Amino acid sequence: MAALINVPSKAKRGDIIEIRTLTSHIMETGFRHTMDGALVPRDIITSFTCSYNGTEIFRADLFPAIAANPYLSFFTIARESGKLEFEWIGDNGYASTASASITVE
Amino acid sequence: MIWWRAIAVAALVATTPALLAGEIPPDARRSGYSFVSPDTRAMQDDDTSNPGMLFVLDGEALWGKKVGSADKACADCHGDARSSMKGVAARYPAFEKALGRPITLDQRIKLCRANHQQASPLPYESRDILALSAFVAHQSRGFPITAGDDPQLSAFVAQGRSLFMQREGQLNLACTNCHDDNFDKHLAGSPITQAQPTGYPIYRLEWQTLGSLERRLRSCMTGVRAQAYDYGAPELVALELYLMSRARGMPMETPAVRP
Repeated sequence: MAALINVPSKAKRGDIIEIRTLTSHIMETGFRHTMDGALVPRDIITSFTCSYNGTEIFRADLFPAIAANPYLSFFTIARESGKLEFEWIGDNGYASTASASITVE
Repeated sequence: MIWWRAIAVAALVATTPALLAGEIPPDARRSGYSFVSPDTRAMQDDDTSNPGMLFVLDGEALWGKKVGSADKACADCHGDARSSMKGVAARYPAFEKALGRPITLDQRIKLCRANHQQASPLPYESRDILALSAFVAHQSRGFPITAGDDPQLSAFVAQGRSLFMQREGQLNLACTNCHDDNFDKHLAGSPITQAQPTGYPIYRLEWQTLGSLERRLRSCMTGVRAQAYDYGAPELVALELYLMSRARGMPMETPAVRP
């Protein structure tokens, strides 16, 4: 699914950088019913991870109360140039990935 | 004192010539953006936090995807949307000769899909049609609205205007009663805007998804407890056309974020 990632392309070593991620997902709670009374099955993202050059730096568990198209923002310290990888895992075998690169000087 | 009052009334009458009662003067028009909270504005301003941009990305992928029995993609005829679709959404709803009436951007996409791609129709408000119309309308961001300039449309603009002024529903309210006469006030805690359709399709936080201007109009109609027109009804298109012509010259914001 589509994802929007905002990572600074350049940073100084030791800088605190903000990472912002937005991904496309309906986040169906599993509590709603259709007009004829049938339960709409739950379909949410359950977990998000971010790794920086292979090391996990951030993880979040997501729950039914989180709005559609979850937006997550967090901070890390720019230690070395490389790649940030993002992964969203959810119900019904949902998996989506994205990545961004950063140059640290 | 009475003659003072007479002078004041005469001065008021003299300074407001062409406008009808309740109508907003052109330089007093404000986008819905100016009514929303700073948080929502920040969400709209940053393309990596604006959830509407997710639909624009999806639309970009659909633009290049071959579909239907003609096995054609939008891009096969229209090329790069970044140049070919510039300013296009700013003049919709536009007059369609074959039908002899105006059609919305969504209807144009549906017609293209039926006639040129020979593909299965996309239902109104489905994810794919919203994504395509968001992608096309996004190419007009910053362009001034010009819809309704076509002289063939004048009768339809007038029809839309009379619908805007006409009271309806159990609450017996016309659009103008809120959006011309009472904007900047609140209705159940929500600000009443001027109904300037600058950013459609919009990402509405309440909907948790993108939605068309028709969806917005239908919710307003349900709100005044009137029977809403069906999607694609000529009355809805006329209203949409009137609203766009009323916002003439204001810049497009697609995809806007609203509460």
